[in-house]
Amino acid sequence: MALRLWASSAANALKISGTGARAAAPAYTISRYFATVLDGLKYTSTHEWVKHEGDVATVGITDHAQGHLGEVVFMELPDTGAKVSAGESFGNVESVKATSDVNSPVSGEVIEVNTKLTETPGLINSSPYEEGWMIKVKPSSPAELDSLLDAAKYTKHCEEEDAH
Amino acid sequence: MAAAGLTRASSAGRPLMRLVTMSGAPILQQLHLEERLLRTTGDNWCIINDGTAPPTIVMGVSGRVSELVEIQPVLRDQVPVVRRFSGGGTVIVDQGTVFVTFICNKAAVAGLQPFPRDIMTWSDYAFSQLKFGGNAQSITKNRWVHHTSFLWDYDVKNMDYLKIPKRAPEYRLARKHTDFLCRMKEYMPSRSVFTDGVITALREQFLVEPTDIETVLSDDDAFVPSTKLLSEQDLEEIASSKESLHRV
Repeated sequence: MALRLWASSAANALKISGTGARAAAPAYTISRYFATVLDGLKYTSTHEWVKHEGDVATVGITDHAQGHLGEVVFMELPDTGAKVSAGESFGNVESVKATSDVNSPVSGEVIEVNTKLTETPGLINSSPYEEGWMIKVKPSSPAELDSLLDAAKYTKHCEEEDAH
Repeated sequence: MAAAGLTRASSAGRPLMRLVTMSGAPILQQLHLEERLLRTTGDNWCIINDGTAPPTIVMGVSGRVSELVEIQPVLRDQVPVVRRFSGGGTVIVDQGTVFVTFICNKAAVAGLQPFPRDIMTWSDYAFSQLKFGGNAQSITKNRWVHHTSFLWDYDVKNMDYLKIPKRAPEYRLARKHTDFLCRMKEYMPSRSVFTDGVITALREQFLVEPTDIETVLSDDDAFVPSTKLLSEQDLEEIASSKESLHRV
């Protein structure tokens, strides 16, 4: 990984010998991470899911995503009435040391946000497809859903990413 | 994908990284610059800011002021409090702090998995359990920023403005600031040895192009950074009431 190579180059350049405090990150992570992927949902390559029922599209992040992020400590959500665009960020999720954008799979208007996430952001980890839902959108172009990944394609996408 | 076509092929196959060096720039200005470079450009950047003024408290995106900051002394001494756009803990930064920030395209940095986890496994910067640098990350669809504040030196009195956090990594072990931090100047001959060393290391992995900050700042006023300076009124409201779900 480029950054770890930089870190050890920096250590050499600065004549720092060993940090001591924490073990260095492993050179190669071998993990068979089995995340849940639900049929009947659609997915993005950036690890969001969407459930389309009638006039409402419910959006959240996948089990794969929450597993990689680690413990979620905060979720920044939009206001109801806000407009979202497919592929663009609608909020961000903070986990330990990183904040990550969450992108909307569809364009439309936010009609409801999951206010439980303010007090209990950990629902995103414990129940990413149910209680950890983030926003409900009234889609402006339902046809956008057709270009999203189904469960099988999304699973393959995750396997390819994790194989790095 | 957005990153394609935005990075020039380098002669040695290394990605291009633009280097901005500053000295004493206010941290609010630096953070606004970082957000703008992250969100409105497609280049890889390294920003080095050697020292900052005035001494400023910088909190992570979701930090609760009443839990992390001693508000009365802060109001009394008029210490600025900034909420940055990345997560992580609270620091107080001043002329003794050296900042190193990377802003990169996920696709341009070969071998780095496009998911946040790789960046997040960076261990903290420490000599034998004593921390000399803290870092935080923010990740967008195609890019990420990893920024670090290094403690070249620090003023013990400044630490009194910060509370011991309730939420802390294991290694903190509930230690007071002075018990778990150390000063880099006790391990290294000079600040420039450090910053030159950073740039030397960078050149091994990237094609480094020093960039004048003036050329970077366009008249693009449409972009509004989310990093904000808390006003005196914000702090007084927090001090006088129980800090609720409403985050300032």
